[in-house]
Amino acid sequence: MAKARKVVLRFPHRLVDKPIIYRLVKDYDLQFNILKASITPEEEGLLVLELSGKKKNYEEAISFLTGAGVETQLLAQDVLRNEGRCTHCGACVTQCPVNAFRVDLATRQVEFIETRCIACELCIKACPVRAMEVHL
Amino acid sequence: MENSETLSLRGSYNRVDKPSALKIFCKFDIIHIFLAAGRMMSKTIAEINEKIAKGQAVVVTAEEVIDLARKKGVAKTAKEVDVVTTGTFGPMCSSGAYFNLGHSKPRIKAGGGTVYLNGVPAYTGLAAVDIFLGATAIPNEDPRNRSHPGEFSYGGGHVIEELVSGKDVKLVITAYGTDCYPRRKVETWINLDNMNEAVLFNMRNAYQNYNVAVNLGDHTVYTYMGVLKPRLGNANYSTSGQLSPLFNDPYYKTIGIGTRIFLGGGAGYITWQGTQHNPSVPRTNKGVATRPGGTLAVIGDMKQMSPRWLVGSSFIGYGATLTVGIGVPIPILSDEILNYTAVTDEELLAPIIDYFEGYPQRSPDVLGEVSYAQLKSGKIRVKGKDVPTASLSSYSRAVEIANILKDWIQKGEFYLTDPVAPLPGADSGATCKPMQERPFEE
Repeated sequence: MAKARKVVLRFPHRLVDKPIIYRLVKDYDLQFNILKASITPEEEGLLVLELSGKKKNYEEAISFLTGAGVETQLLAQDVLRNEGRCTHCGACVTQCPVNAFRVDLATRQVEFIETRCIACELCIKACPVRAMEVHL
Repeated sequence: MENSETLSLRGSYNRVDKPSALKIFCKFDIIHIFLAAGRMMSKTIAEINEKIAKGQAVVVTAEEVIDLARKKGVAKTAKEVDVVTTGTFGPMCSSGAYFNLGHSKPRIKAGGGTVYLNGVPAYTGLAAVDIFLGATAIPNEDPRNRSHPGEFSYGGGHVIEELVSGKDVKLVITAYGTDCYPRRKVETWINLDNMNEAVLFNMRNAYQNYNVAVNLGDHTVYTYMGVLKPRLGNANYSTSGQLSPLFNDPYYKTIGIGTRIFLGGGAGYITWQGTQHNPSVPRTNKGVATRPGGTLAVIGDMKQMSPRWLVGSSFIGYGATLTVGIGVPIPILSDEILNYTAVTDEELLAPIIDYFEGYPQRSPDVLGEVSYAQLKSGKIRVKGKDVPTASLSSYSRAVEIANILKDWIQKGEFYLTDPVAPLPGADSGATCKPMQERPFEE
């Protein structure tokens, strides 16, 4: 069953120039789609991937990554809403390219569906009260 | 039958709709004449306040009254309901606060000098330690739009939020020094408790209707109506519709100067019509202003207020501001007033305006009108295209405000006030003029 999972990978400086993603394809038969990539010079690499493949392979791949020194995290944990700050205005709703925000038609409250979020960060600065926060 | 009565009463109002306390009394006399004739329900604010004192006032929100009026009819609902509460919670740039900081030892005269609160400049052109802080003020060192779009992450609105949170802020005063005010510099922490007066004073809030903003251009624009994506990528609006104060009293028949209101979590007052108050806009046959119409200037003691209802806000590429919570109680003095408060989102129409070219160039094109019911459905149709909608004002918080005000009135903690003078009405001739530029002579 090829289920897509979005993960954030953080590479320490020493691993930035190692061919790691290649191994995910070759050894674990995973397909990947790069959602975001950045390398801070002299610091670390950040890669947001959508991985699909067999569940067993995915789990082994994550173990491999962890063992190699890559920090892995499911993407949903990366963009968070500060619930105390959100006023439920809705300014974010049309900014999100993957419809991760939904207005409840009865309460007019804005629901943040974390599983849909791809951490594009478009909502971060579009939020007037800056309730959306990136945690990396 | 009821309709013809309503019309005759409206005719009477039109003749007294001028800002004069004397004429207000005439207005209530007219209501009493109708009462004596036994033709129509009528109450006074004094009678409603007596019921509030006894804990017997019937209070509903502007949302709840819609169903009531539908089920029971206008006349019966008007008889039963004493007060309808409204609410709105959105970014309102013409907001600010004035403070008296207390006198330092030795004394300093900020007037003619500079004052910063957490790095945000305040206006000092007043007496020694009186200052005004505007919601959109930003630190001198803020990069603004030099790298477009700027973030505007901290400004006057954020300072106001911090102060009502009870936090200390950094106060820095510089002055030129005089014989009686010799000091040149003060640097100190300060909070609301340390100040003599801290007064929220917003010169334009609670717009009666507002534009729906879209972008007809080929690239994203960053506006006070939010981020607008190109080629009609989205449509942003900002009112609480059927809960909004002036939508529920479209001819300002109960809301006037001196009306006590919910402001920022405390009790405040309407001091005047807001700037750009424009009662002469087109209206539907039920009185609904179909363009940005009336506005309110409001005032209140910041020491009563809370950061839940005054939130520092940032519009990327545009600037910093303050999101303000306001609720106005509407006394149900007649069937006519009740009928106004029963207005629904379906009946409230807003103009669609292009913010790529039309708004910045002040060209008057309205791309169409849509109802708030359509806006709240999540998409509208503009120029043959489905456009997703988003709100900048929080409807759920507006509901909360209307309910808090309802609760205050039911508990006898909040009484209604008779306005001391009306706001300029639909037949006053008041308009919002554009600037007429007259170039300097060579």
